[in-house]
Amino acid sequence: MTALAGPIPKAGESVGRAREVRYFVLRSRKILISAVILAVFLVLAVLGPALRPGDPNAFVGPLGAPPSSEWWFGTTTFGQDVFAQFLYGLGSTFLVGLAGGGIAALIGVTVGFVAGYRGGITDEVLNMLTNIVLVIPTIALLVVVTAFFKARGIVVEAAFIGLTSWPWAARAIRAQTFSLNAREFVDLARISGVPSWRVIFGEIAPNMSSYLFMTFILLFGGSILIAASLDFIGLGPTAGVSLGLMMYNSVAWSALQLGMWWWFVPPGVAITAIVGALYVMNVGLDEIFNPRLRES
Amino acid sequence: MRRYFGRKLLIYGLTFFVAATINWMIPRFMPGDPVQSLLSRHQVAPEAVPHLIAYYNALFGLDQPLWQQYLNFWGSLLNGDLGRSVYQSGRPVTEVILAALPYTLGLLIPAILLSWWAGNKFGAIAARRRYLDNAVLPIGYILSAAPYMWLAIMVAWILGSVLRIFPISGGYSYALEPSLTWAFAVDLFAHWVMPFLSLFMVMFGGWAIGMRNMIIYELDADYSRYLDALGAPSGLVRRYAFRNAVLPQVTGLALQLGVIVAGALVTEIVFSYPGLGKLLLAAVQNEDYFLLQGIFLFVIIGTLIANFLVDIAYVLLDPRTRVGMSGGSA
Repeated sequence: MTALAGPIPKAGESVGRAREVRYFVLRSRKILISAVILAVFLVLAVLGPALRPGDPNAFVGPLGAPPSSEWWFGTTTFGQDVFAQFLYGLGSTFLVGLAGGGIAALIGVTVGFVAGYRGGITDEVLNMLTNIVLVIPTIALLVVVTAFFKARGIVVEAAFIGLTSWPWAARAIRAQTFSLNAREFVDLARISGVPSWRVIFGEIAPNMSSYLFMTFILLFGGSILIAASLDFIGLGPTAGVSLGLMMYNSVAWSALQLGMWWWFVPPGVAITAIVGALYVMNVGLDEIFNPRLRES
Repeated sequence: MRRYFGRKLLIYGLTFFVAATINWMIPRFMPGDPVQSLLSRHQVAPEAVPHLIAYYNALFGLDQPLWQQYLNFWGSLLNGDLGRSVYQSGRPVTEVILAALPYTLGLLIPAILLSWWAGNKFGAIAARRRYLDNAVLPIGYILSAAPYMWLAIMVAWILGSVLRIFPISGGYSYALEPSLTWAFAVDLFAHWVMPFLSLFMVMFGGWAIGMRNMIIYELDADYSRYLDALGAPSGLVRRYAFRNAVLPQVTGLALQLGVIVAGALVTEIVFSYPGLGKLLLAAVQNEDYFLLQGIFLFVIIGTLIANFLVDIAYVLLDPRTRVGMSGGSA
C-alpha cells in the first residue's frame, strides 16, 4: 500500500496528494475488499510451511479421501495432502506473479521510456521489436523454449514469462511518455542540461507513478495466469508444487470422472480470487487516480 | 491505406521470420543434445550408440555447417516439410497437425466470434441499467480472472460428471467411425458443446466488462453531451457511442489472440479434445520435438492470419484509416 503514495512527498502540495490518496483508498470498497482477499492468501502462503511442515508431495494419508477434520482439503489418489499442496502452491503462485510481473514491468518500462523519450529511429526499432513480440502468442513461445529445458525451477519459469509478456506494457508506457514529453516542465529540464535518465526518472516517471503501479498489478495477474497454463501443459516446474500443477495432476489422474472435486476446486478458486482481486484493485486505483471515474 | 497495410504486412513478415528462426535456433543452441535425448529414451546397445548418433546427425543434417543447416531449414519449411513425428511412428508432422487443426478451428472461431458479439452487446446494455450493471461487473471479473482450464474443469465436472448431460472427453465416441451420418454429427456436436461453452464464458466476461467501461466513457465524452444538449434521442447518442466504443474492442481482440489461443490449448487438454492442444500435450510428454515445433509454427501462422483479418475489420469499421488519417494503431 505504501507504493500508492508514489514518490516521497517534497512540499506541501505532495503531502496533500498523499493524504488525498489515503483518504480515498480507505473509502474505496473495491480496494479494501481486494486487499483483504490478497492479504488472506498471502498470509496462508507465508505461513504454509509452518502449518504443514514436510514435503507437500509426500504420501501421508489415505487414498482419495474427501475433506475431513484431519485432511482439510482431502487427499489425492495417491494419498497426498491436498491442503499442504495448496499452501505451497500459493507460495509459488505469488512468487511467479511477483518475479514474472516484476521482470515484465522492468523491461516494459525501460523500452517504453526509451522509445517514448528518444523518439526517431530508436523509437522505430523498439516499436518494431515490441510489435513482433506482441504478435507472437506468449504461450507458443514459452512452450518451445521451456520444452528444451530439462530441469525447470519456478524462478526460471517466472523469468521466461517476464521476458515474453512485456510488450503491451511497453506500448502503453511509450504512449504516456510521448504525451508527457511535450509538456513545458520536461522541455525546461531538457534545455537546462539535465541528463536524459534524470529527466525520465525525475520528471516523467513521477508523473505517471500511479500508471506504472497499475501496469505492474496487471502484469502480476497476467503472469499468474500464464504460469498456470504452462503448468497445465506439463511444462511447469519439474520439482515442487504449484496450483497449475495440482490441476494438471487432477485431470491426468481422472479426478473429474471420479468426482474428486476437492482436488481441483481449491487451486482454481485461489487463482481466480487472487487474479480477480488484482483486477478489481486496479479498477479501484484507477478511480482514485482518475477522479472522473469516481462513483458519485 | 496502402501504407497502413504495407506496414502491417512488414511486421507480420518479420514476425514470421523471427519466429521461424527461433524455432530453428532453440534445439541447436539449448543445453542438451536432442539426438542424445532421443537415443536415451530408447534402449540401445552401447556399441551401437556412436553409429546411431552419426546416422541421426546425417539424417537431420546436423553435421553440416550452421549456415547450410539454416538454409536447408528454410528450404524444407517452404516446401511444407516440418519433419516427422516420433510419437506418431514417423508420420509427417504436417499431416498430423492438419488432421487435428479442424477441431481446434471449429472450437476457436465460433467461440471467439460469438463471445465477442454477445459480450459487446451485453456490456453495452449493462452500461445503462444499474441492476444489470451490479450483476454483470462481479460476474465479469470472476469469469475473466478464472484460468481457462479451471473453468473448463468446472464445466466438465458439473455438466459432465455430476449432471451427466454431455460426454466429458474426446472429439467423438470411440464406438463411432467418422462419417457423414446424422448419428455421428449429433455425437460430434455433443462433444463440442462443453469445450465451446467454457471458452465462450471466459472470453464473454472480458468483452462485457471492456464494452461496459468504454460505453460509460463515451457517453461522458463531449460529443455525447453535445448531442444530449441538442435534445437528440438517447438511442441515437448510444448508437454513436457504441460505434466509437467498438473500435478499442477490435484492437483488444488482436491483443487478446495470444491469450485466447493459450486458453483453447488448455481447454482441449481438459476435455481430451483431439485438436492442437491435446497434440501439444502428447508432444511434450513424449519429447517429440519436431511435432512441438510444428505446432509452434502453425500457431504463429494462425495468429498472424487472425491479426491480419482484425486489421481488415478495423479498416472497415473506422473510416479514418481509409482516408489515410491517423487512428488505426491496431
